[in-house]
Amino acid sequence: MQSAVAVSNLTKTYGKVAAVSEVSFTMEPNKIYGLLGRNGAGKTTIMHMITAQLFPTSGELRVFGEAPYENANVLSQICFIKEGQKYPDLFRISDVLDVAGGCFKNWDNEYAYSLVEEFRLPLKRRMKKLSRGMLSSVGIIIGLASRAPLTLFDEPYLGLDAVARSLFYNRLIEDYAEHPRTIVLSTHLIDEVSQLLEHVMVIDKGRLILNEESEMLRGRALTVIGSAAAVESFAAGKEMIEREAFGSLMKSTVMGGIDEDEIRRARALGLETTAVSLQQLIVHLTNGNSERGAVRL
Amino acid sequence: MTSIIDDSRPIFVQIAQRIEEDIIAGSLLEETQVPSTNQFASLYQINPATAAKGVNLLVDQGILYKKRGIGMFVAEGARQRLVENRKEQFYEQYVVAMIQEANKLGITAEQLADMIRRGDA
Repeated sequence: MQSAVAVSNLTKTYGKVAAVSEVSFTMEPNKIYGLLGRNGAGKTTIMHMITAQLFPTSGELRVFGEAPYENANVLSQICFIKEGQKYPDLFRISDVLDVAGGCFKNWDNEYAYSLVEEFRLPLKRRMKKLSRGMLSSVGIIIGLASRAPLTLFDEPYLGLDAVARSLFYNRLIEDYAEHPRTIVLSTHLIDEVSQLLEHVMVIDKGRLILNEESEMLRGRALTVIGSAAAVESFAAGKEMIEREAFGSLMKSTVMGGIDEDEIRRARALGLETTAVSLQQLIVHLTNGNSERGAVRL
Repeated sequence: MTSIIDDSRPIFVQIAQRIEEDIIAGSLLEETQVPSTNQFASLYQINPATAAKGVNLLVDQGILYKKRGIGMFVAEGARQRLVENRKEQFYEQYVVAMIQEANKLGITAEQLADMIRRGDA
Protein backbone atom coordinates (compact mmCIF):
# COMPACT_ATOMS: atom_id res chain seq x y z
CA MET A 1 0.00 0.00 0.00
CA GLN A 2 1.10 3.55 -0.75
CA SER A 3 2.23 5.20 2.49
CA ALA A 4 0.74 8.55 3.50
CA VAL A 5 4.06 9.92 4.72
CA ALA A 6 7.50 8.41 4.29
CA VAL A 7 10.65 10.11 5.58
CA SER A 8 14.15 8.78 5.79
CA ASN A 9 17.11 10.38 7.50
CA LEU A 10 15.18 13.62 7.66
CA THR A 11 17.35 16.35 9.17
CA LYS A 12 16.86 20.05 9.80
CA THR A 13 19.71 22.09 11.22
CA TYR A 14 19.86 25.76 12.15
CA GLY A 15 23.53 26.67 12.23
CA LYS A 16 25.04 24.15 14.61
CA VAL A 17 21.73 23.21 16.19
CA ALA A 18 20.01 20.10 14.88
CA ALA A 19 16.28 20.60 15.39
CA VAL A 20 15.56 17.28 13.72
CA SER A 21 18.24 14.69 13.12
CA GLU A 22 18.16 11.58 11.01
CA VAL A 23 14.49 10.80 11.55
CA SER A 24 13.03 7.91 9.55
CA PHE A 25 9.46 6.62 9.64
CA THR A 26 6.45 5.84 7.50
CA MET A 27 2.84 6.64 8.21
CA GLU A 28 0.29 4.29 6.73
CA PRO A 29 -2.92 5.68 5.31
CA ASN A 30 -6.07 5.88 7.44
CA LYS A 31 -4.48 5.59 10.84
CA ILE A 32 -4.40 8.02 13.75
CA TYR A 33 -0.84 8.84 14.78
CA GLY A 34 0.32 10.56 17.93
CA LEU A 35 3.44 12.67 17.52
CA LEU A 36 4.55 13.17 21.09
CA GLY A 37 7.47 14.70 22.90
CA ARG A 38 8.56 17.63 25.02
CA ASN A 39 8.62 21.29 24.05
CA GLY A 40 11.32 21.93 21.51
CA ALA A 41 11.72 18.24 20.71
CA GLY A 42 11.25 18.90 16.99
CA LYS A 43 7.63 17.81 16.45
CA THR A 44 6.49 21.05 14.84
CA THR A 45 9.60 21.21 12.66
CA ILE A 46 8.82 17.73 11.33
CA MET A 47 5.23 18.75 10.58
CA HIS A 48 6.41 21.90 8.84
CA MET A 49 8.63 19.81 6.59
CA ILE A 50 5.86 17.29 5.83
CA THR A 51 3.58 20.18 4.84
CA ALA A 52 6.29 21.83 2.71
CA GLN A 53 6.57 24.94 4.86
CA LEU A 54 10.22 24.25 5.63
CA PHE A 55 13.00 22.72 3.58
CA PRO A 56 14.78 19.73 5.09
CA THR A 57 18.55 20.23 5.39
CA SER A 58 18.95 16.65 4.22
CA GLY A 59 17.02 13.44 3.92
CA GLU A 60 14.15 12.07 1.89
CA LEU A 61 10.52 13.11 2.27
CA ARG A 62 7.51 11.71 0.41
CA VAL A 63 3.85 12.52 1.02
CA PHE A 64 1.43 10.23 -0.81
CA GLY A 65 4.44 9.07 -2.79
CA GLU A 66 5.55 12.49 -4.02
CA ALA A 67 7.76 15.35 -2.91
CA PRO A 68 5.39 17.87 -1.32
CA TYR A 69 7.18 21.13 -2.14
CA GLU A 70 5.14 23.24 -4.62
CA ASN A 71 3.23 20.11 -5.50
CA ALA A 72 -0.46 21.05 -5.74
CA ASN A 73 -1.45 17.42 -6.10
CA VAL A 74 -0.02 16.66 -2.65
CA LEU A 75 -0.72 19.92 -0.87
CA SER A 76 -4.41 19.84 -1.80
CA GLN A 77 -4.67 16.65 0.24
CA ILE A 78 -3.15 18.14 3.39
CA CYS A 79 -4.81 20.12 6.16
CA PHE A 80 -2.43 21.45 8.82
CA ILE A 81 -3.94 23.07 11.92
CA LYS A 82 -1.15 24.92 13.66
CA GLU A 83 -0.80 25.85 17.27
CA GLY A 84 -1.92 29.46 17.56
CA GLN A 85 -3.10 29.67 13.96
CA LYS A 86 -3.52 33.29 12.79
CA TYR A 87 -6.49 34.50 10.77
CA PRO A 88 -7.19 37.85 9.07
CA ASP A 89 -8.45 40.15 11.84
CA LEU A 90 -11.47 41.47 10.00
CA PHE A 91 -12.76 38.11 8.78
CA ARG A 92 -15.85 36.74 10.46
CA ILE A 93 -15.95 33.05 11.38
CA SER A 94 -18.31 32.51 8.45
CA ASP A 95 -15.75 34.10 6.09
CA VAL A 96 -13.00 31.82 7.39
CA LEU A 97 -15.18 28.78 6.80
CA ASP A 98 -16.00 30.01 3.26
CA VAL A 99 -12.30 30.31 2.43
CA ALA A 100 -11.54 26.92 3.99
CA GLY A 101 -14.39 25.41 1.97
CA GLY A 102 -12.69 26.61 -1.21
CA CYS A 103 -9.38 25.02 -0.23
CA PHE A 104 -10.38 21.45 0.50
CA LYS A 105 -11.90 19.02 -1.97
CA ASN A 106 -13.69 16.95 0.65
CA TRP A 107 -14.96 19.94 2.67
CA ASP A 108 -18.35 19.28 4.27
CA ASN A 109 -19.99 22.64 4.82
CA GLU A 110 -23.04 21.31 6.62
CA TYR A 111 -20.80 19.42 9.04
CA ALA A 112 -18.70 22.56 9.63
CA TYR A 113 -21.79 24.58 10.54
CA SER A 114 -23.12 21.88 12.84
CA LEU A 115 -19.75 21.93 14.65
CA VAL A 116 -19.94 25.73 14.96
CA GLU A 117 -23.17 25.25 16.88
CA GLU A 118 -21.78 22.47 19.03
CA PHE A 119 -18.71 24.51 19.92
CA ARG A 120 -21.04 27.51 20.51
CA LEU A 121 -19.15 29.88 18.26
CA PRO A 122 -20.52 33.28 17.20
CA LEU A 123 -20.62 32.88 13.42
CA LYS A 124 -20.73 36.62 12.66
CA ARG A 125 -18.03 37.76 15.08
CA ARG A 126 -14.73 39.03 13.66
CA MET A 127 -11.63 36.94 14.31
CA LYS A 128 -9.85 39.69 16.28
CA LYS A 129 -12.69 39.68 18.81
CA LEU A 130 -12.51 35.95 19.49
CA SER A 131 -11.00 34.51 22.65
CA ARG A 132 -7.98 32.21 22.43
CA GLY A 133 -10.19 29.17 23.05
CA MET A 134 -12.65 30.22 20.34
CA LEU A 135 -9.80 30.59 17.85
CA SER A 136 -8.68 27.09 18.71
CA SER A 137 -12.22 25.82 18.14
CA VAL A 138 -12.25 27.40 14.68
CA GLY A 139 -9.05 25.51 13.84
CA ILE A 140 -10.48 22.23 15.09
CA ILE A 141 -13.64 22.72 13.02
CA ILE A 142 -11.59 23.37 9.88
CA GLY A 143 -9.44 20.34 10.59
CA LEU A 144 -12.45 18.07 11.02
CA ALA A 145 -14.63 19.45 8.21
CA SER A 146 -11.75 19.50 5.69
CA ARG A 147 -11.71 15.68 5.72
CA ALA A 148 -8.27 16.01 4.15
CA PRO A 149 -6.57 12.66 3.44
CA LEU A 150 -3.71 13.87 5.65
CA THR A 151 -4.83 16.05 8.55
CA LEU A 152 -2.29 17.32 11.09
CA PHE A 153 -3.27 18.91 14.38
CA ASP A 154 -0.36 20.60 16.12
CA GLU A 155 -1.33 21.23 19.75
CA PRO A 156 -4.74 22.40 18.54
CA TYR A 157 -6.26 23.36 21.84
CA LEU A 158 -4.58 26.37 23.29
CA GLY A 159 -7.07 27.94 25.71
CA LEU A 160 -9.69 25.30 25.03
CA ASP A 161 -11.74 24.14 28.02
CA ALA A 162 -12.19 20.49 29.02
CA VAL A 163 -15.74 20.32 27.64
CA ALA A 164 -14.64 21.51 24.20
CA ARG A 165 -11.63 19.16 24.20
CA SER A 166 -13.86 16.22 25.01
CA LEU A 167 -16.22 17.30 22.23
CA PHE A 168 -13.23 17.39 19.86
CA TYR A 169 -12.21 13.82 20.74
CA ASN A 170 -15.77 12.55 20.33
CA ARG A 171 -16.29 14.17 16.96
CA LEU A 172 -12.84 13.13 15.79
CA ILE A 173 -13.50 9.45 16.54
CA GLU A 174 -16.98 9.54 15.02
CA ASP A 175 -15.98 11.34 11.87
CA TYR A 176 -12.82 9.28 11.44
CA ALA A 177 -14.88 6.09 11.73
CA GLU A 178 -17.19 7.33 8.96
CA HIS A 179 -14.46 8.89 6.82
CA PRO A 180 -11.12 7.19 7.51
CA ARG A 181 -8.05 9.32 6.80
CA THR A 182 -4.54 9.77 8.11
CA ILE A 183 -4.55 11.96 11.20
CA VAL A 184 -1.50 13.22 13.06
CA LEU A 185 -2.13 14.57 16.55
CA SER A 186 0.70 16.38 18.27
CA THR A 187 -0.03 17.16 21.88
CA HIS A 188 1.20 17.32 25.45
CA LEU A 189 -2.12 16.05 26.79
CA ILE A 190 -1.12 12.44 26.26
CA ASP A 191 -3.49 10.94 28.81
CA GLU A 192 -6.43 12.55 27.05
CA VAL A 193 -5.62 11.21 23.61
CA SER A 194 -3.82 7.93 24.29
CA GLN A 195 -6.97 5.86 23.66
CA LEU A 196 -7.55 7.50 20.30
CA LEU A 197 -4.11 6.78 18.90
CA GLU A 198 -3.40 3.71 16.84
CA HIS A 199 0.28 4.45 16.62
CA VAL A 200 2.68 6.48 18.76
CA MET A 201 5.86 8.27 17.76
CA VAL A 202 7.97 9.95 20.42
CA ILE A 203 10.47 12.62 19.44
CA ASP A 204 13.17 13.62 21.89
CA LYS A 205 15.93 16.12 21.15
CA GLY A 206 15.24 15.88 17.43
CA ARG A 207 15.42 12.11 17.34
CA LEU A 208 12.73 9.51 16.98
CA ILE A 209 13.09 7.38 20.11
CA LEU A 210 9.86 5.38 19.97
CA ASN A 211 7.75 4.27 17.01
CA GLU A 212 5.20 1.68 18.05
CA GLU A 213 1.57 0.58 17.91
CA SER A 214 0.00 2.14 20.98
CA GLU A 215 -1.61 -1.16 21.96
CA MET A 216 1.86 -2.68 22.11
CA LEU A 217 2.86 -0.09 24.69
CA ARG A 218 0.00 -0.77 27.04
CA GLY A 219 1.04 -2.94 29.93
CA ARG A 220 4.64 -3.10 28.71
CA ALA A 221 5.98 -1.09 31.62
CA LEU A 222 5.27 -1.65 35.28
CA THR A 223 5.92 0.38 38.40
CA VAL A 224 6.85 -1.68 41.44
CA ILE A 225 7.27 -0.53 45.02
CA GLY A 226 8.77 -2.55 47.85
CA SER A 227 11.98 -3.43 49.61
CA ALA A 228 15.06 -2.46 47.64
CA ALA A 229 16.29 -6.05 47.52
CA ALA A 230 12.99 -7.35 46.13
CA VAL A 231 12.81 -4.55 43.55
CA GLU A 232 16.39 -5.23 42.44
CA SER A 233 15.68 -8.92 42.14
CA PHE A 234 12.53 -8.30 40.10
CA ALA A 235 14.18 -5.73 37.86
CA ALA A 236 17.20 -7.88 37.03
CA GLY A 237 17.48 -8.22 33.26
CA LYS A 238 14.88 -5.55 32.59
CA GLU A 239 15.38 -1.95 31.61
CA MET A 240 14.84 0.34 34.57
CA ILE A 241 13.44 3.65 33.32
CA GLU A 242 12.87 5.15 36.74
CA ARG A 243 14.28 4.43 40.17
CA GLU A 244 13.75 6.24 43.39
CA ALA A 245 14.86 5.07 46.81
CA PHE A 246 13.50 6.17 50.14
CA GLY A 247 15.10 4.45 53.10
CA SER A 248 14.89 0.71 52.62
CA LEU A 249 12.03 1.12 50.14
CA MET A 250 12.46 1.49 46.44
CA LYS A 251 10.14 2.50 43.64
CA SER A 252 11.10 1.56 40.14
CA THR A 253 9.53 1.49 36.70
CA VAL A 254 10.74 -1.30 34.48
CA MET A 255 10.13 -2.04 30.86
CA GLY A 256 10.34 -5.13 28.73
CA GLY A 257 8.89 -8.61 29.05
CA ILE A 258 6.04 -7.59 31.36
CA ASP A 259 3.14 -10.04 31.29
CA GLU A 260 0.71 -11.56 33.77
CA ASP A 261 3.27 -14.08 34.98
CA GLU A 262 5.75 -11.31 35.68
CA ILE A 263 3.13 -9.30 37.57
CA ARG A 264 2.37 -12.39 39.64
CA ARG A 265 6.09 -12.86 40.29
CA ALA A 266 6.33 -9.25 41.48
CA ARG A 267 3.44 -9.75 43.89
CA ALA A 268 4.95 -13.01 45.15
CA LEU A 269 8.09 -11.01 45.96
CA GLY A 270 5.87 -8.79 48.10
CA LEU A 271 5.96 -5.85 45.71
CA GLU A 272 3.11 -3.50 45.05
CA THR A 273 2.49 -3.01 41.36
CA THR A 274 0.75 -0.31 39.36
CA ALA A 275 0.16 0.09 35.67
CA VAL A 276 2.05 2.79 33.80
CA SER A 277 0.02 5.10 31.57
CA LEU A 278 1.34 6.14 28.18
CA GLN A 279 1.89 9.63 29.55
CA GLN A 280 3.94 8.36 32.50
CA LEU A 281 5.93 6.11 30.19
CA ILE A 282 6.80 9.00 27.92
CA VAL A 283 7.69 11.24 30.85
CA HIS A 284 10.13 8.57 32.05
CA LEU A 285 11.58 8.12 28.58
CA THR A 286 12.09 11.80 27.85
CA ASN A 287 13.10 13.35 31.16
CA GLY A 288 16.60 11.92 31.40
CA ASN A 289 19.66 14.05 30.78
CA SER A 290 21.51 11.23 29.13
CA GLU A 291 21.35 10.70 25.42
CA ARG A 292 18.94 7.87 24.89
CA GLY A 293 18.92 5.76 21.78
CA ALA A 294 15.91 4.00 20.34
CA VAL A 295 13.74 2.39 22.97
CA ARG A 296 13.66 -1.38 23.06
CA LEU A 297 10.54 -3.07 24.35
CA MET B 1 -11.78 10.89 29.38
CA THR B 2 -13.65 7.68 30.23
CA SER B 3 -11.91 5.81 33.00
CA ILE B 4 -13.59 2.52 32.11
CA ILE B 5 -10.47 1.57 30.18
CA ASP B 6 -7.42 0.96 32.38
CA ASP B 7 -3.73 1.25 31.58
CA SER B 8 -2.58 -2.18 32.63
CA ARG B 9 -3.57 -4.10 29.52
CA PRO B 10 -4.13 -3.53 25.80
CA ILE B 11 -7.51 -1.93 25.10
CA PHE B 12 -8.60 -4.60 22.63
CA VAL B 13 -8.29 -7.22 25.35
CA GLN B 14 -10.47 -5.09 27.61
CA ILE B 15 -13.09 -4.65 24.89
CA ALA B 16 -13.20 -8.41 24.28
CA GLN B 17 -13.56 -9.00 28.01
CA ARG B 18 -16.39 -6.48 28.26
CA ILE B 19 -18.31 -8.30 25.53
CA GLU B 20 -17.63 -11.63 27.29
CA GLU B 21 -19.01 -10.20 30.53
CA ASP B 22 -22.17 -9.07 28.78
CA ILE B 23 -22.65 -12.52 27.27
CA ILE B 24 -22.09 -14.26 30.61
CA ALA B 25 -24.42 -11.85 32.42
CA GLY B 26 -27.06 -12.42 29.77
CA SER B 27 -27.32 -8.83 28.60
CA LEU B 28 -26.04 -9.98 25.20
CA LEU B 29 -28.05 -13.04 24.21
CA GLU B 30 -26.96 -15.73 21.78
CA GLU B 31 -27.94 -15.06 18.17
CA THR B 32 -28.36 -11.33 18.86
CA GLN B 33 -26.32 -8.60 17.23
CA VAL B 34 -23.44 -6.95 19.11
CA PRO B 35 -22.77 -3.20 18.68
CA SER B 36 -20.70 -2.23 15.66
CA THR B 37 -17.01 -1.43 15.85
CA ASN B 38 -17.79 2.25 15.36
CA GLN B 39 -20.36 2.19 18.16
CA PHE B 40 -17.79 0.67 20.51
CA ALA B 41 -15.27 3.28 19.37
CA SER B 42 -17.47 6.26 20.13
CA LEU B 43 -18.88 4.73 23.32
CA TYR B 44 -15.45 4.18 24.86
CA GLN B 45 -13.68 6.95 22.94
CA ILE B 46 -11.18 4.55 21.47
CA ASN B 47 -9.70 4.06 18.05
CA PRO B 48 -12.06 2.06 15.79
CA ALA B 49 -9.17 -0.19 14.71
CA THR B 50 -8.65 -1.13 18.36
CA ALA B 51 -12.34 -1.89 18.84
CA ALA B 52 -12.27 -4.05 15.71
CA LYS B 53 -9.29 -5.96 17.07
CA GLY B 54 -11.21 -6.75 20.27
CA VAL B 55 -14.25 -7.96 18.33
CA ASN B 56 -12.07 -10.05 16.00
CA LEU B 57 -10.41 -11.73 18.95
CA LEU B 58 -13.84 -13.16 19.86
CA VAL B 59 -14.57 -14.05 16.25
CA ASP B 60 -11.34 -16.09 16.18
CA GLN B 61 -12.49 -17.91 19.30
CA GLY B 62 -15.89 -18.65 17.77
CA ILE B 63 -17.72 -16.58 20.40
CA LEU B 64 -18.94 -14.10 17.80
CA TYR B 65 -19.59 -14.67 14.13
CA LYS B 66 -20.07 -12.36 11.20
CA LYS B 67 -23.25 -12.14 9.16
CA ARG B 68 -22.19 -10.67 5.88
CA GLY B 69 -23.55 -7.19 5.34
CA ILE B 70 -25.34 -7.09 8.70
CA GLY B 71 -22.77 -7.26 11.51
CA MET B 72 -21.48 -9.39 14.35
CA PHE B 73 -23.65 -11.83 16.27
CA VAL B 74 -23.21 -13.92 19.41
CA ALA B 75 -22.68 -17.58 18.46
CA GLU B 76 -24.86 -20.37 19.73
CA GLY B 77 -23.34 -22.03 22.79
CA ALA B 78 -21.06 -19.01 23.39
CA ARG B 79 -22.26 -18.44 26.94
CA GLN B 80 -21.68 -22.03 28.03
CA ARG B 81 -18.15 -22.01 26.62
CA LEU B 82 -17.29 -18.71 28.29
CA VAL B 83 -18.59 -19.92 31.63
CA GLU B 84 -16.44 -23.08 31.37
CA ASN B 85 -13.36 -20.98 30.62
CA ARG B 86 -14.11 -18.70 33.52
CA LYS B 87 -14.42 -21.59 35.94
CA GLU B 88 -10.91 -22.69 35.03
CA GLN B 89 -9.60 -19.18 35.63
CA PHE B 90 -11.52 -18.87 38.88
CA TYR B 91 -9.22 -21.20 40.79
CA GLU B 92 -6.10 -19.45 39.56
CA GLN B 93 -7.37 -15.88 40.02
CA TYR B 94 -9.41 -16.08 43.21
CA VAL B 95 -8.77 -19.24 45.16
CA VAL B 96 -4.97 -19.18 44.99
CA ALA B 97 -4.87 -15.47 45.85
CA MET B 98 -7.29 -15.97 48.73
CA ILE B 99 -5.27 -18.81 50.25
CA GLN B 100 -2.07 -16.74 49.98
CA GLU B 101 -3.71 -13.86 51.83
CA ALA B 102 -5.23 -16.25 54.42
CA ASN B 103 -1.80 -17.77 55.10
CA LYS B 104 -0.33 -14.33 55.57
CA LEU B 105 -2.99 -13.50 58.18
CA GLY B 106 -2.78 -16.90 59.91
CA ILE B 107 -6.33 -17.92 58.97
CA THR B 108 -6.70 -21.70 59.14
CA ALA B 109 -8.31 -23.81 56.43
CA GLU B 110 -11.24 -24.49 58.79
CA GLN B 111 -11.80 -20.77 59.47
CA LEU B 112 -11.58 -20.07 55.76
CA ALA B 113 -14.20 -22.71 55.00
CA ASP B 114 -16.46 -21.15 57.68
CA MET B 115 -16.10 -17.75 56.08
CA ILE B 116 -16.99 -19.11 52.65
CA ARG B 117 -20.12 -20.74 54.07
CA ARG B 118 -21.04 -17.49 55.81
CA GLY B 119 -20.52 -15.53 52.57
CA ASP B 120 -22.63 -18.01 50.65
CA ALA B 121 -25.62 -17.69 52.98
